[in-house]
Amino acid sequence: MEDSLELVPVARFVESSGDGLKYEYKAVNLVKGEQFSPAFSNLNPMGYVPVLVDGDIIISDSFAILMYLEERYPQNPLLPHDLQKKAINYQAASIVSSSIQPLQNLAVLKYIEEKVSPDEKIPWVQFHIGKGFTALEKLLNGYAGRYATGDEVFLADLFLAPQISAAISRFNVDMTQFPLLSRLNDAYNELSAFQDAMPEKQPDYPVVSKG
Amino acid sequence: MDFNGQKTPSDSSSPSSPSKLVLYSYWQSSCSWRVRFALNVKGLSYEYKSVNLVKGEQFSPGEFRDLYLTTSVDISREYLEEKYPQKALLPLDPRLKAVNLQAASIISSSIQPLQMLSVLKYIEEKVGREERLSWAVYYVEKGFFALEKLLEDCVGRYATGEEVYMADVFLAPQIAIAIARIDIDMSKFPLLSRIYESCKALPEFQASSPERQPDAAQ
Repeated sequence: MEDSLELVPVARFVESSGDGLKYEYKAVNLVKGEQFSPAFSNLNPMGYVPVLVDGDIIISDSFAILMYLEERYPQNPLLPHDLQKKAINYQAASIVSSSIQPLQNLAVLKYIEEKVSPDEKIPWVQFHIGKGFTALEKLLNGYAGRYATGDEVFLADLFLAPQISAAISRFNVDMTQFPLLSRLNDAYNELSAFQDAMPEKQPDYPVVSKG
Repeated sequence: MDFNGQKTPSDSSSPSSPSKLVLYSYWQSSCSWRVRFALNVKGLSYEYKSVNLVKGEQFSPGEFRDLYLTTSVDISREYLEEKYPQKALLPLDPRLKAVNLQAASIISSSIQPLQMLSVLKYIEEKVGREERLSWAVYYVEKGFFALEKLLEDCVGRYATGEEVYMADVFLAPQIAIAIARIDIDMSKFPLLSRIYESCKALPEFQASSPERQPDAAQ
């Protein structure tokens, strides 16, 4: 789901990667509900982040943004030429964006906490992450190199990197069951493009972290 | 476990598809429905193999599990689009293309995952039956309102103009299922209602509907 912080890193990552595309960062505080402000609603009536503005083209949704960037700025492609490998990238992206992320976003977790029980929140999210990560381990088996589908960063990595990071830092997922994803996580942590995109490095990262 | 390998009555005027396409599908699944619709739009014939999700056939050992281990089904349309470019599912115009991708994503990320039977069952068990319905309605309506806004500047006979594109492939099954399963009030969504009427008139859509599939319940 787009109205959550988790997907913002995806758009940032590609922006500062080998593409080397410069961009202006505009913060939208989701906790404060700034996505519903008149100014932002005029820009994107759906109230979702991330939103990319390129001249008079306005695009929301991380997948749509990435595909737009891929076409408009073809340097350092985000997808391999090989059709099968390309499909693997799409599948990996889809597992994250459809099978994991929508079930771990703030709104859903709040619902579980309030309507079911605070104790159910973590088991719920670990279940869905675990299911998705198990699928990813199998999907990428035989395709992964240094990165998810070879030795270059592609679309799958853009979706995987923030997701794995969140699983570890926010949800305490036991990564020992996911050796391939663990290895990818190490590789991502060495990339300046990924490090620059991390939440802690963004202009709107809270100065005093809210406990 | 046996799978039903049955031929589906598909478009007889299809251009040649060099290698044989096999679709593993469950008749009721909205994700499977999207792909069936897309295959029909592209005039691609395929062999239908049913996987009974209710019986858990997707987990049993056998060819399906070995072939398809992921939990999501959405991106086959991108693959189809590239390998079989006839009747393009994405318009050339970058803005319209982006709208199609956004529409597809709203459905596949913001609506469908929260309608999964496993999730609804969890809500029903842990919170209650009424809550299950209000959860389902909440997320469908939220997504549908977003879609109404997304499409308002470019809607024509179909979602983004006068031809069927990816947005329609995702939308039509989603609307159909929302009407059938949760009795959604479509009067709140005039644009989507119009698009849905247009899609319903298409033989390609009719042929893809759950009731017409080999594994549909009698």
